[in-house]
Amino acid sequence: MVQTPTLASPTVAGKAFVRRQLAASLPPPLATAGILGWLRKNLFGSLSDAILTVVGLAIIVYVVWTVADFAIVRAVTTATTGEACRKPGAGACWPYVTSFWRLFAYGYYPPAEQWRPNVVFALFALLLIPLAIPAAPLKRTNAVLFLIGLPIVAAILLSGGVFGLASVETRLWGGFLVTLIIAVTGIVASFPLGLLLALGRRSNMPAIRFLSVMYIEFWRGVPLITVLFLASNMLPLFLPVGWNVDQLVRALVGVTLFTAAYIAEIIRGGLQAIPRGQYEGAMALGLGYWQMMVLIVLPQAIKIVIPNLVSSFISLFKDTTLVQIVSIYDLLGTIQQSRNDPAWTAPTTSSTGYLVAALIFWTCCFGMSRYSQFIERRLHTGHRR
Amino acid sequence: MADTALASTASAANAVPAVQIVGVNKWYGDFHVLKEIDLEVAKGERIVICGPSGSGKSTMIRCINRLENHQAGRIVVDGTELTNDLKRIDEIRSEVGMVFQHFNLFPHLTILQNCTLALIWVKKLPKKDAEEVAMQYLKKVRIPEQANKFPGQLSGGQQQRVAIARALCMNPKIMLFDEPTSALDPEMVKEVLDVMIGLAESGMTMLCVTHEMGFARQVANRVIFMDAGQIIEQNEPVAFFSNPQHERTKLFLSQILH
Repeated sequence: MVQTPTLASPTVAGKAFVRRQLAASLPPPLATAGILGWLRKNLFGSLSDAILTVVGLAIIVYVVWTVADFAIVRAVTTATTGEACRKPGAGACWPYVTSFWRLFAYGYYPPAEQWRPNVVFALFALLLIPLAIPAAPLKRTNAVLFLIGLPIVAAILLSGGVFGLASVETRLWGGFLVTLIIAVTGIVASFPLGLLLALGRRSNMPAIRFLSVMYIEFWRGVPLITVLFLASNMLPLFLPVGWNVDQLVRALVGVTLFTAAYIAEIIRGGLQAIPRGQYEGAMALGLGYWQMMVLIVLPQAIKIVIPNLVSSFISLFKDTTLVQIVSIYDLLGTIQQSRNDPAWTAPTTSSTGYLVAALIFWTCCFGMSRYSQFIERRLHTGHRR
Repeated sequence: MADTALASTASAANAVPAVQIVGVNKWYGDFHVLKEIDLEVAKGERIVICGPSGSGKSTMIRCINRLENHQAGRIVVDGTELTNDLKRIDEIRSEVGMVFQHFNLFPHLTILQNCTLALIWVKKLPKKDAEEVAMQYLKKVRIPEQANKFPGQLSGGQQQRVAIARALCMNPKIMLFDEPTSALDPEMVKEVLDVMIGLAESGMTMLCVTHEMGFARQVANRVIFMDAGQIIEQNEPVAFFSNPQHERTKLFLSQILH
């Protein structure tokens, strides 16, 4: 401190002060930084925190140990029949999974033709991975191939009947193949539809607004199971005799229309969060309605609702299992069908099958969730004003 | 009327006024927000509009580029009347630049993209040319080095200067300023006003809603005082500040000129 009485003003005589050196920043105290600080702050902040930490750890250890004991320690890994799995004390029956994995992957798709779903899986991965990596080049071409090329190629390749490919009816499709088809089609097709509905609901034109509201409220008012059931059993009654819509296509349309209503409401939430000033800024520059929406409003609105959108997509992915009730056997459906096979009947067969289903679903959903968080961070451009 | 006489002296050279507002009325529900507004702005004229909050001054200038629509009367901008014709409105908007109190920059785009957006999508300029134009105006407002940052990374004064550059990129004939310095930290008001003064000196037609009376004194041809949806008094700045006529104007000036 430097006292400078010469500068003292008449009112604060002797109190005047001029800082000559700025105070330097000091490192934080040890107990609040680093691993120790983190532990202390988050896990052992107080007696009740410490008790909760210990109890929580105990529960985690117990659960992990139980699963590992079942799936690894007591597991039956090699066997050609269910005999080994029927022994008392046997854990997960992995030979059951290996003997049925083709069913889980392709359903009843003819084994000689299973290279076709494999090609589709490979194309899907080849196009999706570069699309998901922001730095990968040719985004536009990639997106067109993924959104338009892939569905056409997949439909031709999987159904066959042309180019010398044997025809494979969709009732033979199943397993993870069908899960993936329904989920990806549902996500990709419901998004643009939901987007238009969200804009429609906020439109200035009463007719468009009314139709959008009707659509959204109708589809949100019925359970997905009802939609699938109606599509499967009632639709033929309304179609002219001789007309037929493929069972899988009905399910795809049902899931898409259903999800679009939810997507619409999620995006509407995002639209409402965009300040009026953004619209005015865009309008004042002379941008038209669609330019304003596509360039200014939607990019910001969608960014806000990414967590909700992804929740909806994850939920859709899991809801694909409902198609079982209209006799389409997705991944879970094929597990349900095979777990009662007399050759593999054992106390642990069902648990093993469900464990596999849980692992696959969890991996896909967790992947979506993590990817959405990555995108959110990437799109963050500093605080909004 | 006094205003037409004043305007005619300034607009002797230019026959078509930049903005012509005749008998404009506007209501928000039952609330009569603009009452029989008559105003003519000549090309190159610089007008400062002041008045208490809720007096309709922002609403009036927002009617000029149709961010608000008026319910009675006529507004003619550079010879084109504002009607419900959407195409005409977009045309007028691309010729009338606007700067807002809260900047209204697009937070998901960089500074450069904020400036080139309308050039590319409205004026259909190739990206390279648009970027050249944008950099030219960013230099003019003295922040070319921030071109690749996002608005959220800039200070308020810098953001407002970007907003001015963004509007200027469209090469507007008229600039509207809606309280451009009201949301700024005191230290940043001057940098924005300096840019506006430079713009005024270049001969731009300007309508500014502001309470920066120093700015009004320095650049305005005319100061307009509004209250309760009406133009109460207008005069050239020296007379306006030294000899206000209306009681309401006197009260207002005594409140803000401490």
